[in-house]
Amino acid sequence: MDFDFNDEQKMFKQGARDFFEKEVPKSLVKKMVEDDNGNPPELWKKMAQLGWLGLIYPEQYGGSGGNIIDLVALEEEMGRACLPGAFFSTVLLGGLFILNAGSEEQKRDLLTKVGKGELILTLALTETSASYAASGVETTAISDKDDYIISGTKLFIPDAHIADYIICIARTKKGTKPEDGITAFLVDRKSAGITCTLLKSIAGDKLCEVVFNNVKVSKKNIIGKLDQAWAPVELTLQQVTLAKCAEMVGGAQRALEMAADHAKKRVQFDRPIGTFQSIQHLIANSMMDVDASRFLTYEAAWKFSEGLPCAKEIAMAKGWTSEAYQRTTATGEQVLGGIGYTTDGDMQLYYKRAKAAELTLGDGKFQREALAKELGM
Amino acid sequence: MEFKEYKIGEYDTEEQKKFRKEVGEWLDKNITSELIKGTNEIRVTAYIPGQHEFAVKLGEKGWLCPEWPKEYGGAGLPAGYRSIIAEEIGQRVVFGPGFLGGLTGGVQGPTIMSAGTPEQKKEWLPKIAAGAQFALGYTEPNAGTDLASLGIRGVKDGNDYILNGQKMFSTGAHFARYHWLAVRTNPELPKHKGVSMIIADLKAPGVTITQLTTIAGERTNEVFYDNVRVPQTNRIGPEGEGWSIIRMALTAERGDLGTFPWPKILVNDLIQYAKETKRNGKPLSEDPFVRQSLAQLATDVSVLRLYNYRVGWMIDKGLDVSWASSMVKIFESELSQRIANQGMTIMGLYGQLEPGSKYAQLKGNMELAYRAMVVRSFGGGSNLRLRNDIATRGMGLPREPALAIPVKK
Repeated sequence: MDFDFNDEQKMFKQGARDFFEKEVPKSLVKKMVEDDNGNPPELWKKMAQLGWLGLIYPEQYGGSGGNIIDLVALEEEMGRACLPGAFFSTVLLGGLFILNAGSEEQKRDLLTKVGKGELILTLALTETSASYAASGVETTAISDKDDYIISGTKLFIPDAHIADYIICIARTKKGTKPEDGITAFLVDRKSAGITCTLLKSIAGDKLCEVVFNNVKVSKKNIIGKLDQAWAPVELTLQQVTLAKCAEMVGGAQRALEMAADHAKKRVQFDRPIGTFQSIQHLIANSMMDVDASRFLTYEAAWKFSEGLPCAKEIAMAKGWTSEAYQRTTATGEQVLGGIGYTTDGDMQLYYKRAKAAELTLGDGKFQREALAKELGM
Repeated sequence: MEFKEYKIGEYDTEEQKKFRKEVGEWLDKNITSELIKGTNEIRVTAYIPGQHEFAVKLGEKGWLCPEWPKEYGGAGLPAGYRSIIAEEIGQRVVFGPGFLGGLTGGVQGPTIMSAGTPEQKKEWLPKIAAGAQFALGYTEPNAGTDLASLGIRGVKDGNDYILNGQKMFSTGAHFARYHWLAVRTNPELPKHKGVSMIIADLKAPGVTITQLTTIAGERTNEVFYDNVRVPQTNRIGPEGEGWSIIRMALTAERGDLGTFPWPKILVNDLIQYAKETKRNGKPLSEDPFVRQSLAQLATDVSVLRLYNYRVGWMIDKGLDVSWASSMVKIFESELSQRIANQGMTIMGLYGQLEPGSKYAQLKGNMELAYRAMVVRSFGGGSNLRLRNDIATRGMGLPREPALAIPVKK
């Protein structure tokens, strides 16, 4: 058993922490939350130069060949910084899907560009059913000579409004199972028939409604195999979910530290409020929440990195961590009182981000249902 | 990062493999069906029938304290062999807390080994290694979580102490021979300073033991001392240093508890039960409430396992585990209660049926656990108190200032 990163990963993680502390002050986070674009090009460029945008891609595609544990280390620090932005949509959802399903040419071309910070991608999976299950895919793509014609509405698609390409997951055939007959298309966002509407959301994530109205896409733009996109979608969701868990762990750890620091400094009734057992119990509960989140996430990531079955562990990690992050930040709000409630404070950023993260990629209820299936129920 | 599950025997040397085989064969001959049945029932505090006889047999082999030198009744085996014996026992019976631990000198042995005089080691260690039974004498009516306010008096008289006072919740005192007793030997000093640790003979004149019955149907005791003489040579450590001895013993006790097996067993039982039990023509496992509830409990069991492994990992690294082991204790005790509570809810009206009752589901284990697991939330340290420690030691919050109230004389 080893609950820690190795020395190299620790150095990398510390480097990431130092970078975000310097380059991502909370004033920038607040700007990213408020700004419609949400992905400042200077920061994006610096992250590309550090090799982080290609961290998990193999070297032949311009990446650094890191594994999921390296990604966990980086994501934890991004979560700690409460950093929004296009890493999630581009590097993870879009990039990993291409890595999992794409042709050599697609991988070489697109991933190299992502790594250099020259391309914004997103994956258009979810629809009005707001579900990450295959049954939620109702958008259709109908064959028309050398093209496909896509029609349907994609919902909650991150960064679609600034993406160069949207990877649209569409139904190409009615299969016997909802998982059959699903295909992925690389669609230029500027294609005729695409309408993108930015939705206002709690953490300022740039979620969009993307309407495909008879959008013509060349058959050459299919990513992976016709009718068989669901397996790589699932694999991508597993990887991205692990990354999201790590982001939540980093955020929850920071929220806990902020609450504890406040409890040590804030004096009421002539003593630091941290001497009150009521506050100590809240902090103890948060510590237990954060530690459990971390261990479940690490164990799931380790299993994934070893190629072991880990569907159960991922469901446990996301189900628990989603709710634990929310609880930890709500506790933070309680401990900080009024200052946590103002927009001048930083706790509010974590409090809102935690709820968005909980709902993203399947909340506790969704994950427990997935886990129940894995347990043979 | 590495989360490989340890498989029993995986890292054995050739010598250890041979020893493991020897232990296994011996256990197969000497573990009685009575003992297997006893450990397979949910028991929290009470004596398991056949436990003492089994401990004595283990003691004859030197396997109760295998790493001790032979002169103290051990087997003189290197470190690591103790866990082989524990693992092999665990393969055959459900290894719950108290079993071979608190009641057989597993707490007192290590403490005397580090704090006893050469004469005391010669006197007590062989007895402990042979399976002598001890009851703990810490708690009193007015000294629970605040143990240092204990009031039982020990007054020097010649070569003896004369003891007067009362101990409470002294599990096993009605069958154990010895009482591991925290006594106030100097009431003039601040409360942590005037305490001494003394081994008393529970069969001595002046000791009265009365029964208290827990809601789990098990016996614990009140023990009254009325002018009971104990030789001063039975005091472990210097006079007035009892508090540090208690801390030493509490550490040994925690180390001896091992992994509490019930949460995992009960949750697996419940999952199986939900799959096999039909209500209104449908398996319980198709009910969304049941699915959610059991998936959460299964996650919690994993959390408990990981908290536990983390403590082991920290010990290997030589880190202070006090608050990390408190997390294990808190989570385990509260999880055990949640499992029983939700298990009964899942069963509906059947949930309230006691073990042995007609129609009882899962042998009535959820109902029994609902009663029995309550003790774990305050026994071995109140969860409320332990949460203070987690916040102060683990997160550096300032301690609550103590009120200066002197010990009542």
